[in-house]
Amino acid sequence: MSLSSELCKTMYRDMWRIRLFEEEANRQTSLGSVVGALHMYCGEEAVAVGVCSNLRDDDYVLGTHRSHGHCLAKGAESHRMMAELFGKATGTCAGKGGSMHIADFSLNMLGANGIVGAGIAPATGAALASKLRGTDQVSVCFFGDGAAARGTFHEGIGLGALWKLPVVYVCENNQYQQWVPRMNVAVLDSVADMAGSYAIPGVSVDGQNLVEVYEVAGEAVERARKGGGPTLIEARTYRFYGHSLGDEEQYRPAAEVEEWRTNRDPITTFQSTMMEQGWLTEEEDTQIQNEVKDEITEAVRFAEESPFPTPDSVTTDVLAPVQEVA
Amino acid sequence: MRTLTFSEALREALHEEMERDETIFVIGEDVITHGGPYKVTEGIAERFPDRIFETPIAEAGIMGVGVGAAMAGMNPVVEIMYMDFVTCAMDEVVNQAAKMRYMTGGQASVPMVIRLPCGVGRLLAAQHSQIMESWFMHVPGLQVVVPSTPGDAKGLLKSAIRSPDPVLFFEYKRIYTSRGQVPDGEHIIPLGQAKICRDGEDATVVAIGPMVQKSLEAAVLLEDDGYDVEVVDARSLSPLDSETICESVSRTGHAVVCGEDSSFAGAASEIAAMIGENCFRDLNGPVVRVGSPHVPMPFSSELVKHVVPEVANITEAVSRVMM
Ligand SMILES: Cc1ncc(C[n+]2csc(CCOP(=O)(O)OP(=O)(O)O)c2C)c(N)n1
Ligand SMILES: [Mg+2]
Repeated sequence: MSLSSELCKTMYRDMWRIRLFEEEANRQTSLGSVVGALHMYCGEEAVAVGVCSNLRDDDYVLGTHRSHGHCLAKGAESHRMMAELFGKATGTCAGKGGSMHIADFSLNMLGANGIVGAGIAPATGAALASKLRGTDQVSVCFFGDGAAARGTFHEGIGLGALWKLPVVYVCENNQYQQWVPRMNVAVLDSVADMAGSYAIPGVSVDGQNLVEVYEVAGEAVERARKGGGPTLIEARTYRFYGHSLGDEEQYRPAAEVEEWRTNRDPITTFQSTMMEQGWLTEEEDTQIQNEVKDEITEAVRFAEESPFPTPDSVTTDVLAPVQEVA
Repeated sequence: MRTLTFSEALREALHEEMERDETIFVIGEDVITHGGPYKVTEGIAERFPDRIFETPIAEAGIMGVGVGAAMAGMNPVVEIMYMDFVTCAMDEVVNQAAKMRYMTGGQASVPMVIRLPCGVGRLLAAQHSQIMESWFMHVPGLQVVVPSTPGDAKGLLKSAIRSPDPVLFFEYKRIYTSRGQVPDGEHIIPLGQAKICRDGEDATVVAIGPMVQKSLEAAVLLEDDGYDVEVVDARSLSPLDSETICESVSRTGHAVVCGEDSSFAGAASEIAAMIGENCFRDLNGPVVRVGSPHVPMPFSSELVKHVVPEVANITEAVSRVMM
């Protein structure tokens, strides 16, 4: 296992960054500073962090409507993300995207997405671009279990498999699709089993276990980078909050939520592992958490103090500025 | 008369129609567990458990199933959670549902209703706020209906369900909770009929969806400027009631057309062109459109308020055509 204590601490910190960023964004929503929908990633942190910790800066990531975690794990700055949620001009998307559309092209984070399943074929396309350009960049697409029912899932993965592209498809199977339990509307419980249709490896992994996710993703990323083609990873996970804020959650038992929150929290699970292995002392733990708290406080300050976009920006970015054709 | 919300009126129409005709069924995402995002399908699963289908996220599948069932004698009411996602099922709408009757020499009938929650809601930005009525107006074989009040919502949904051909039924998210009078029981508003909501002599404002209410408010403000404004609710964009619209414009001699969508190549443009062609000699000023600028919906509330047209845009447009 290639896990160094240093890497573990970084991953641990990244999970906290996601957790605290979102809890703060949630609080800011109740204060009225953050508007629009907030799809909370809390509970699924080990998936984004375990996967993205295997990636290089120039690898591509595409996400979903629930992508705060994917963005932060790929290295996006929390203060610019917070400013985006506030609808400020300094946000990652200049206040034009909001929570569901955060993107940071300087990190090859090609975007969260408001359309379920919309990232899968474009991730395949980014992988095709790497192949055409002769780089060894890998492309990763996160998507929910709900997305596996869409045609884009089949068409996108089908092409990736056909051309053996360097892409890793990561399904976050949190067992719900908006307000519907997955098995009310699905035939196959396991999304990993669908990989057989494309003759690519399909692996199911405990999405609450950072070490497992890290290792499974590591193999998939390496296979992709070396020309071995795509992998479909299914991370079995759970969202601690409702589908988006304001969800009354009548469709799932409170006891189930409680069970996952108490016994299957990816952060506390990894915390125990690290302590047991001697990778983390209590002092270091406190320090990490305090540093992250400070980062998030700073993010809110930055967002609050930032200006709103000016009215003239309504009409910019629709198309590139007109250029003379050479 | 009772008052109901827009959602309640739609729900009532659905329940009454399903009671009346066993071939009607509902299909869409989250329609059982949650009654859809706007609770329009609430209570149907309890009352008609065999005629409501909660689906995976598979818009093309949902729409295609609707088309097939309709051709085989059923009357599906398809709910697309947000109209933006109908783009994931465009083949089924445009190449299948719309073309079947014509292509088969009149053999096929596709009596389906496609319900489309649309427009800006709670700031969900570019992929959850679109309207695009004109996309579907442009396709022969489709009908496009836009109710603006709870009463019309009920009457138009009933007609849409009874129509032998596909209907795209636009429901503006921001008016689901608006209240209005709704007749009990059978209440039918035929497709293809505009409604004069306010009589006036000086100018005609033709409005679509939520712009109707805003036009009525603008008309009150314009009284202060001495303008007596007539407001016409288009209600049905395809077929379009050109007769009612032209009769009004010819009488007043001035026309403003208001839609919430981008007016560039939008529904308002078709109406404005139709007025220009038919009423030119009665017009005493240009036909002006009010709509949003030709941009995707931004996220920031500070930007959104410069996109969605408001009452002030209408008063300004009327003053302009009256000059
Ligand atoms: C094409 C499309 N259909 C429907 C929706 C509405 N919607 C947004 S999220 C969601 C559920 C997604 O479930 P899943 O893919 O499992 O992701 P999760 O929310 O569980 O992370 C739905 C139905 C959408 N955004 N796009
Ligand atoms: Mg899910």
